Amino acid sequence: MDAGEGLLVRRIREGTVIDHVEPGKSFVILKVLGFLDEPGERRISVVVNAESRKMGRKDIVKIEGYFIGEEEEGIVAVVSPRATVNIVRSGRVVEKRRVRPPRRVIGIISCPNPTCISRKEREPVEPVMLLVDEEGPVYRCGYCGTLVRASDVPRLIRV
Amino acid sequence: MLVETGNSSPSHLFTPDLLTGVTCRVAVPVPGLEAFRGRDVISILDFTRSDLESLFEAADSVDKLTSQAPLKGKIVALAFFEPSTRTRLSFESAVKRLGGDTLVVSGEDAISVAKGENLADTVRMLDSYSDAIVIRHRYEGVALYAAEIAESPVVNGGDGRQHHPTQAMLDLYTIRTLKGGVDGLVVGVLGDLRYGRAASSFILGLTRFKPAKVYLISPPPLRVREEVLMQLDKTGLGYEEVEDYRGVLPELDVLYVTRIQRERIPDPGEYERIKGSYRVTLRDLHGRAKPGLKILHPLPRVDEISFDVDNSPYQAYFIQARLGVRVRMALLAGILG
Repeated sequence: MDAGEGLLVRRIREGTVIDHVEPGKSFVILKVLGFLDEPGERRISVVVNAESRKMGRKDIVKIEGYFIGEEEEGIVAVVSPRATVNIVRSGRVVEKRRVRPPRRVIGIISCPNPTCISRKEREPVEPVMLLVDEEGPVYRCGYCGTLVRASDVPRLIRV
Repeated sequence: MLVETGNSSPSHLFTPDLLTGVTCRVAVPVPGLEAFRGRDVISILDFTRSDLESLFEAADSVDKLTSQAPLKGKIVALAFFEPSTRTRLSFESAVKRLGGDTLVVSGEDAISVAKGENLADTVRMLDSYSDAIVIRHRYEGVALYAAEIAESPVVNGGDGRQHHPTQAMLDLYTIRTLKGGVDGLVVGVLGDLRYGRAASSFILGLTRFKPAKVYLISPPPLRVREEVLMQLDKTGLGYEEVEDYRGVLPELDVLYVTRIQRERIPDPGEYERIKGSYRVTLRDLHGRAKPGLKILHPLPRVDEISFDVDNSPYQAYFIQARLGVRVRMALLAGILG
């Protein structure tokens, strides 16, 4: 985390900090992870557009009392591929890892092709995206083959 | 909602594990076609070179299959939700020549889809009334979707702009029949490479062989889609994109021509701008084409090949259409046993 960030939101003792989130994507992440609909007892802080040496600007999401799992990290990677996840215990970062795009994403990213079967109304079908290039990342619709790049993902997220 | 994590990227557009619960009712497999037994046919990339060579060998001796009537007692549903002449009729002919019977659904108006039934329910109904389903639909991915639902094998008869695997099979078989094989040939693919499923499937089918070079010839708005190029790059197929076939004509052993897919171009203005932008004429071919050049076309033709080519030695598209029945016979015999 960058110096001075603590001035905006205080440190957490136990939980997850999702750092280096692309500016403006923090609420998309929270929405897709279901935290906006059902925050439960969790206290969640969000910093939008914080200064970042690496990225210029970034978002930060702090979720107190919750440790996100591998599957949820995959969702974060789909929305913001360069994000990092910090696991905080007893006020110290005990794990820091960069998120990795999942090999297959089902039901989260809509296909942009209007004549893809996964877009057809009243059909019991979930969109399936297959990872074809981890670096992009670039996904390909499992039904129609249309390519989806990281920059396309925010507008295609099903929330 | 499900997310899977892992490093490996899928080697194939349609991972087989997407196909859940696909089981098939089959009898004794046809010798040489064991690899086809009970299989869905979604994309030409589902098949290896060895698979295709086995299929072509079986197509060579299709008369033997006719006498064995391997589809006796079998019913094949032909569900064509988009117009079709050659594909539907050649499948119908293939089934009947093999001793089987067909259930034919043409268009959405004649069936419960017009009453609001969804495709999934229609597929379930076809599945319970038949032993295999051949399906064509304007939506991409329909054949894979149908294969996920149906217990019987599903054969893609064309899904939107995406795949037309049995067309690619018969295209490759035609080249093998007329030129002795595909390896070492210079192949030009001319026309609507963006919206045409026959062109895309043919190009992908070429990756299963070793042509010397493939020219992808089209006006800029009709260039090959990015995802298809990505597949070509993966296989290392030598290709070049050009705009005018006349520049590369002297090199070509095979020229595969397609019409502009007017019905799939979203902007009618775009169609007006590009219609008639290429045309193969006998005048252009004379003195410039190799004497052994063969011109293929999946048909129907609009104006992209002039009629004077029909009676020239270059014409192979009517032969191609005829060979389609043999290939589909071999395929169905392999699938249903």
